[in-house]
Amino acid sequence: MTATTHVDSVEHAKDTPDTPQPYRELGLKDDEYQRIRELLGRRPTDAELAMYSVMWSEHCSYKSSKVHLRYFGETTTDEMRSTMLAGIGENAGVVDIGDGWAVTFKVESHNHPSYVEPYQGAATGVGGIVRDILAMGARPLAVMDPLRFGAADAPDTRRVLPGVVAGVGGYGNCLGLPNIGGEVVFDPSYQGNPLVNALCVGAMRVEDLHLAHASGTGNKVILFGARTGLDGIGGVSVLASDTFAGDEGGTGRKKLPSVQVGDPFTEKVLIECCLELFREGLVVGIQDLGGAGLSCATSELASAGDGGMRVWLERVPLRAKGMTPAEILSSESQERMCAVVRPSDVDAFMRVCQKWDVIATEIGEVTDGDHLVITWHGETVVDVPPRTVAHEGPVYERPVERPSSQDDVLADEPARLARPSTSDALRAEILRMAGSPNLSSRRWVTEQYDRYVRGGTVLAQPADSGMIRIDESTGRGVAISCDCNGRYVYLDPYAGAQLALAEAYRNVAASGAHPVAVTNCLNFGSPEDPGVMWQFEQAVRGLADGCATLGIPVTGGNVSFYNQTGTTAILPTPVVGVLGVIDNVATRIPTGLGAPGDTLVLLGETHDEFGGSEWAHVVHNHLGGRPPKVDLVREQLIASVLRTGVSAAHDLSEGGLAQALVESCLLTGRGCDVELTGDPFVALFSESSARVLVSVPNPDELTAHCDEVGLPWQRLGLVSETNELRIEGVGELALTELSAAWEGTLPALFA
Amino acid sequence: MTRIGVITFPGTLDDTDAARAVRYAGGEPVALWHKDADLRGVDAVVVPGGFSYGDYLRAGAIARFAPVMTEVVGAAHRGMPVLGICNGFQILCEAGLLPGALLRNAGLHFVCRDQKLRVERADTAWTAGYADQAEIVIPVKNMDGRFSAAQSTVDELEGEGRVVFRYLDVNPNGSLSDIAGISSPDGRIVGLMPHPEHAIDPLTGPGADGLAMFRSVLGAVLA
Amino acid sequence: MARVVVDVMPKPEILDPQGQAVANALPRLGFAGITDVRQGKHFELEVDDSVDDETLAKIAEGFLSNPVVEDFVVRRVS
Repeated sequence: MTATTHVDSVEHAKDTPDTPQPYRELGLKDDEYQRIRELLGRRPTDAELAMYSVMWSEHCSYKSSKVHLRYFGETTTDEMRSTMLAGIGENAGVVDIGDGWAVTFKVESHNHPSYVEPYQGAATGVGGIVRDILAMGARPLAVMDPLRFGAADAPDTRRVLPGVVAGVGGYGNCLGLPNIGGEVVFDPSYQGNPLVNALCVGAMRVEDLHLAHASGTGNKVILFGARTGLDGIGGVSVLASDTFAGDEGGTGRKKLPSVQVGDPFTEKVLIECCLELFREGLVVGIQDLGGAGLSCATSELASAGDGGMRVWLERVPLRAKGMTPAEILSSESQERMCAVVRPSDVDAFMRVCQKWDVIATEIGEVTDGDHLVITWHGETVVDVPPRTVAHEGPVYERPVERPSSQDDVLADEPARLARPSTSDALRAEILRMAGSPNLSSRRWVTEQYDRYVRGGTVLAQPADSGMIRIDESTGRGVAISCDCNGRYVYLDPYAGAQLALAEAYRNVAASGAHPVAVTNCLNFGSPEDPGVMWQFEQAVRGLADGCATLGIPVTGGNVSFYNQTGTTAILPTPVVGVLGVIDNVATRIPTGLGAPGDTLVLLGETHDEFGGSEWAHVVHNHLGGRPPKVDLVREQLIASVLRTGVSAAHDLSEGGLAQALVESCLLTGRGCDVELTGDPFVALFSESSARVLVSVPNPDELTAHCDEVGLPWQRLGLVSETNELRIEGVGELALTELSAAWEGTLPALFA
Repeated sequence: MTRIGVITFPGTLDDTDAARAVRYAGGEPVALWHKDADLRGVDAVVVPGGFSYGDYLRAGAIARFAPVMTEVVGAAHRGMPVLGICNGFQILCEAGLLPGALLRNAGLHFVCRDQKLRVERADTAWTAGYADQAEIVIPVKNMDGRFSAAQSTVDELEGEGRVVFRYLDVNPNGSLSDIAGISSPDGRIVGLMPHPEHAIDPLTGPGADGLAMFRSVLGAVLA
Repeated sequence: MARVVVDVMPKPEILDPQGQAVANALPRLGFAGITDVRQGKHFELEVDDSVDDETLAKIAEGFLSNPVVEDFVVRRVS
């Protein structure tokens, strides 16, 4: 059949106001559809409907989270803002780190695609966040990946985890970005909803910061990178039935998977091409094409500018035949960017793209109207006020309700759980815990990632933070840590979010860097569940209040809702990333033990706190009680004290002191002699917060400083020359025995 | 100052690191572009690591036809020292400057680890700075690092002493005879999978064992 | 116009861990009776009449395959 394709133009929409439109299939509600009609004064065209439906989706519009996220802005003081060069709402947050350097970083989620297709879901997640960093004008410098899976021994974890790790590595390694850290966390609540969060950090000179806007009437809009195909448009293909016979056979369009496939080589070339364009000053504004593709790029660029925009959609280079305007606008084909360029610079722009063999096409220009107008072979298919698409989406006030079961959960104290008390039992417990999936070595994962490329990696996992050198001449660098304990958040979302912030802050400080900024990836269940919204609201408030206490701002982040199978939501998981600055990476504090003879000091205080602990989970499958107490002021004190003559350090978190000792010994390849104070079980396995284990050649200076500032401390023992972790009252554990327990778990499960 | 060319193909990743290593060693790095049939008068060439052309078709299969490689092959035949690191080694094999091929790692995973090596020939253009049989630690990081060749080729390499580096303790990829790097008969062309440019500073690598490779060539350059 | 297929396989003596991984997985998936699997590449070329068999052989030998470790077969299928 020769299709006389009539395209659904604005003219046609005006003439056919009552044509039924499949807005519900595209995810729009009745009232949202009505609002679009009101905004436009007519029914939307197919293309406009597609644009609004993707841009007003939860993922793009943040409609369920906006009212809560405002609290970040409300709690950010001018002082906190003073080093921010770009904040929430931009592609990524940017911080001035001194010496004329600006660092941009952000963490984002790509959860659902990674369940469907682990390798590509994870790969394209990395690709997307890297482009966000690039769109700020920065050279991407490193990546990190906080990952969460179902139970380690579940069959589906065996399907998902290796694919995700291979995808993160496959894409990041090929881009030439060192992977400097991340997390691997197992919990049954993530079974059908693995979390793949991807972080990227980049740097540029302050004056080279690029914001995404399209000012300047007559400036050209250039789409460059990969061709546009049918990736990711799943839902939008329902619009095709409008023009052809309503069945799939008639359109000739197979039902396509909604997974995007990434090509890291194309992105690597795109990165080098973009950086050269930036260096030559050929770009006025730039936006990457991520979720919602061209719909997002055009409406965002136009919104952020001071005029309108005109786009000739037929100029978009395609890689699939017969794509409709709606499909082109919704395509999530990877590795594409959209730039705004002065007319006088277009030739030079194209020459740079040719040098790198990057396809570049002028598809539009900035106009002096206030509408985004898109035509298709002469017919207008989109004529909208861009802000209504990109920024004035629906805002929901979802019901928020603390679950009635919450009090019971809090009352279910872990104090009643049976504890090991004999030295043999304690010794065995240390080994058991070290080999448990959440505490075991991640080497099987991290060896699949290139940590060396670019030659600037100073610390990488299993160190407390990932640290890279930004300036080779001065040694200035940054350190980043991403953390979250979903169990703590489940027990008390407000405190749990603060504990995540505290842990990331502590990890950065334990490496010798000074924390300055925060990013976050808020992974939660369905926003239609008032209990989940309560978790979200509390976590946001806890995080924002915590940031205000610590004086460091949230510069950007991401929300992922609907991580839920049926009525079972994931553990509420607000991943917090903290970025710190170090004047000279040569002064970093290595993670582990110091030299033989150094004194081991435990900074902070240990209490009987096992709510949400790894021990309660591993030994008793118990989740209840209160999470450990938060003490952000003490975290700050620890950070300040760590700069006093410390030869090595390791933060305490899941698994408590026992885990910190085991890891410190194994990372350094050295033993130590330790004496515990009080109940040995509590001393070893409690997860009290605000604690760091340090090695120090001259303890008196450090302890005097601690006394001065009111930071409790405890002398633990000495770094030894033996190959044993010796704990008085418990026993000796040879490094070989510890290593066998700690290193063996993940290979046994996944190799 | 000795000028060492470092080639950039689309997808090359470790060119800036190789250039840094040349500088640390006291040489002058010269950037060479894949499309230019021009070695810019350099004294030696480094073909660095990465994923040129995304490793499409086969690692190094497309890069080896680049205009710059025609010049490299010609110069190599005239005695110019050439070092192929990782993807560079793959390119030199595809170009026929070195025998054998690099295939998918036996374990089917990308492997990044600090690898112990033995320097079996300390008299090539790129290893003169090492003590004979020196044991060094250099990072390996690759997906297709398994050295393969006909048995007769391996016998020839061993017999002629053209195995320059050998994996110790652990063979990370299943390379035949634990071969990590080899040379041409005259010892002026060397290819290896490990990355010496990532072992030039204990601050950013497992040590500085890689520096000697870049220092060696300064003495080997033709007058 | 003609369609040409070029199949490239690792030489028999070359270790093929990807093929082996597939062979090892089949029994776990419940399939018996498969004793070996070798994995290669399959290229489909659309060629016009000016491309003769000699040219195809050059393309296959000099580019699509690596003769050091791979064998190839060229077939015209239409």
